[in-house]
Amino acid sequence: MKRLLSGNEAMALGAHHAGLSVAAAYPGTPSTEILENLAKMEDIYVEWSTNEKVAMEVAMGASYGGVRALAIMKHVGLNVAADPFFAASVTGVRGGLVVISCDDPGMHSSQNEQDNRQFARFAKVPMLEPSNSQEAYDLMAWAFQISEEFDTPVLFRSTTRISHCKTVAEVPESPEIDRKRPEFIRDPHKFVMVPSNARPRHPLMEERIRKLSSYVETFPLNEIILQDRSLGIISSGAAYQHAREVFQGASFLKLVTTYPLPQTLIRRFALDVKRILVVEELDPFIEDILRALAMTVMGKEVVPIMGELNPQILEERAAIAGLIPKPAALYAVKKAVRELPMRPPLLCPGCPHAATSYALKRLGFYHTQPEEESTSGRKAVARKRQGIIAASDIGCYTLSVYPPLLALDTCACMGASIGQAHGLEKAGVTNRIVSVIGDSTFLHSGITSLVNAVYNEGRGTTIILDNGTTAMTGHQGHPGTGTSARGDKAPRVIIEDLVRGIGVRDVNIVNAFDLSLIEDTIKRCVETDEPSVIIIRGACPLHVRGKGKPLTIDLAQCDKCFNCLRVGCQAITREGNEIRIDAALCVGDRCAVCSQVCHQKAIRVK
Amino acid sequence: MKKTDILMTGVGGQGVILASDALAEIAMKAGHDVKKSDSLGMSQRGGSVVSHLRLGRQVFSPMIREGEADFLLAFERLEGARWANYLHEGSVAIVNDLAIPPLSVVGGASAYPSTAEVEEILRRYTDYLFIIPGTQIAQEMGNPQVLNVLLVGFLSVFLDIEEQSYIEDLSQRVPQKVLQLNLKAFARGREEALARTQGK
Repeated sequence: MKRLLSGNEAMALGAHHAGLSVAAAYPGTPSTEILENLAKMEDIYVEWSTNEKVAMEVAMGASYGGVRALAIMKHVGLNVAADPFFAASVTGVRGGLVVISCDDPGMHSSQNEQDNRQFARFAKVPMLEPSNSQEAYDLMAWAFQISEEFDTPVLFRSTTRISHCKTVAEVPESPEIDRKRPEFIRDPHKFVMVPSNARPRHPLMEERIRKLSSYVETFPLNEIILQDRSLGIISSGAAYQHAREVFQGASFLKLVTTYPLPQTLIRRFALDVKRILVVEELDPFIEDILRALAMTVMGKEVVPIMGELNPQILEERAAIAGLIPKPAALYAVKKAVRELPMRPPLLCPGCPHAATSYALKRLGFYHTQPEEESTSGRKAVARKRQGIIAASDIGCYTLSVYPPLLALDTCACMGASIGQAHGLEKAGVTNRIVSVIGDSTFLHSGITSLVNAVYNEGRGTTIILDNGTTAMTGHQGHPGTGTSARGDKAPRVIIEDLVRGIGVRDVNIVNAFDLSLIEDTIKRCVETDEPSVIIIRGACPLHVRGKGKPLTIDLAQCDKCFNCLRVGCQAITREGNEIRIDAALCVGDRCAVCSQVCHQKAIRVK
Repeated sequence: MKKTDILMTGVGGQGVILASDALAEIAMKAGHDVKKSDSLGMSQRGGSVVSHLRLGRQVFSPMIREGEADFLLAFERLEGARWANYLHEGSVAIVNDLAIPPLSVVGGASAYPSTAEVEEILRRYTDYLFIIPGTQIAQEMGNPQVLNVLLVGFLSVFLDIEEQSYIEDLSQRVPQKVLQLNLKAFARGREEALARTQGK
């Protein structure tokens, strides 16, 4: 039947119909919906693993046990999972093992835009790339088959515009599903990678890539479209669709097997066309391989190496390169539109991170009064030294780097904050230092860094923002939530017990909406000589819905200091000099952080 | 089938994505090839939202180019003006006359454009501009959340899809207890559009 499916829905359905037994993932945009969709299907074991490395290992174990398995993650998740991913390439598989990497060109919701196609070549594993939801569905069965036939994990690479775009796909309604029977057959030469066993595996890996190179030559989903032969486009993934749009009459070679490449097929295509343009998003991955084969192609001199591609960018670049006529007077940046106020992402009304961010901004001096730096004088220097440095992490709270909160000093990758804070301290920086990390991120990869800080006699303060969910990606369960990937009740890891077990003695639990208690606790903890943890607990308002008693502002009492606006709450607006509280957005006295910063006590329960 | 590019814009939480999901599904069932792509940014609430919806015989890229959108359906004024340069001569722009000032405006760093300014920006690109009090009408109908259905109703008058297709989709999509209200909002959107296009 015809269905309008996102790429993520199609991948989940394709894997299900291909006889998937075990799926493990850590949520991350744009990959999250794949496991969420698999969780709706019967007879598949699904889990949110604590992180991508664990998810990869779980999928490996399931594959060793003879069944088909999936590990799902966003691009940077594969960095976390790289160790077992490479190991899986060495050992090979039993049941089909597919690793889905959803890349984020343009960084819609990521800290970098690394091109994970490089991982396929790096780890010597085959890679498949769909260019729409139909292929996302169809290729999933191929991926498992290739994995089993060639004894290899398969990298299944998607991007934001594949994962999150909805396109029409023809899919069977309820096909017969054939699942493999679990069975572990002992084979230490294959599964126990001591050096003496690993050495003989390497030649097998090289042989595997050679065999795959000839296999992909006849792969049915690679497609040649011969039209005007003066220009031939080689492309894959979302870039292929943009290219079809822009170069309507040109000839095309669409590749879904992007590693290893079908070299003979490509050479045949090259004989049919006069010039070749490789249209790919991000790195010159295909282009470099073709150039190494001494082929003459155009690529990154036309198509940008950075950012997400779209038909407009491609059309402009192709016109500049003289490959197509210049579009008529289009695309001049329109000044009036450019000068409109931006709408940066914000914390939601009632967010439990607002009070902590506000406190960190105040304690961080550097951010709140940058103008005092330039007025110089000893006072400013002395105060700056006192300012708390906030090493932060990946989550909704990272949004408090934007105005008006400006609360954070670092954010690198999942779990980095605690180690970075420790490094800043050991470097001899005299500021007090805190790390700020969410509950899900702490359990993902913060624990080992806290163990490190305890062992190496750090004195840093770790602030764990515990909103009881993985909020940014849309409220997935994690080990601290007591809820499984299917939404059932699950055992719960108690964060305070965990950190005490690690050896932290100074453990504080604070209400996320109690601004002065948060501020006082941070001030006390950063002055002690031992590692401390502050668990700041408050539910995400989008997760646990419902409102408290509504708040109102007494305009007669308001002295127009606008302190309340500095909380950065969307429910508080200003019309002229009058503060308004939007009753539809405000969560009421469940939060009331604004009333705590109002020194006139003008914001009260109605 | 004629190529039709529809840009739907608004602020996170307004129901833009829900509306474009529904419209995409309706268009597919009516026999169009459909591709749809959303940009959400990072925030769950309050950021700019844009949904590209492309219908036609065969659609390749899911993304609309500047100057190519045949329709702009903006749930908020500023988010209407922001995408003006995606319009071409003859495009239809439908803008809900609602202001949700971003924090930069609230903090005084920048100014929110007036209805007249938004109109002026959009008129540089097209004459077919409809600024409608959608939120106000939805409130009068008893629930501001039916805004998205009302706006889709307004847009539906211009599209090559049978009225019945929308009603069938709504009946499947919307919970029974609010179905009547949603059907009314859809009909009201159509009425508003027909009233404004008479004689054009």
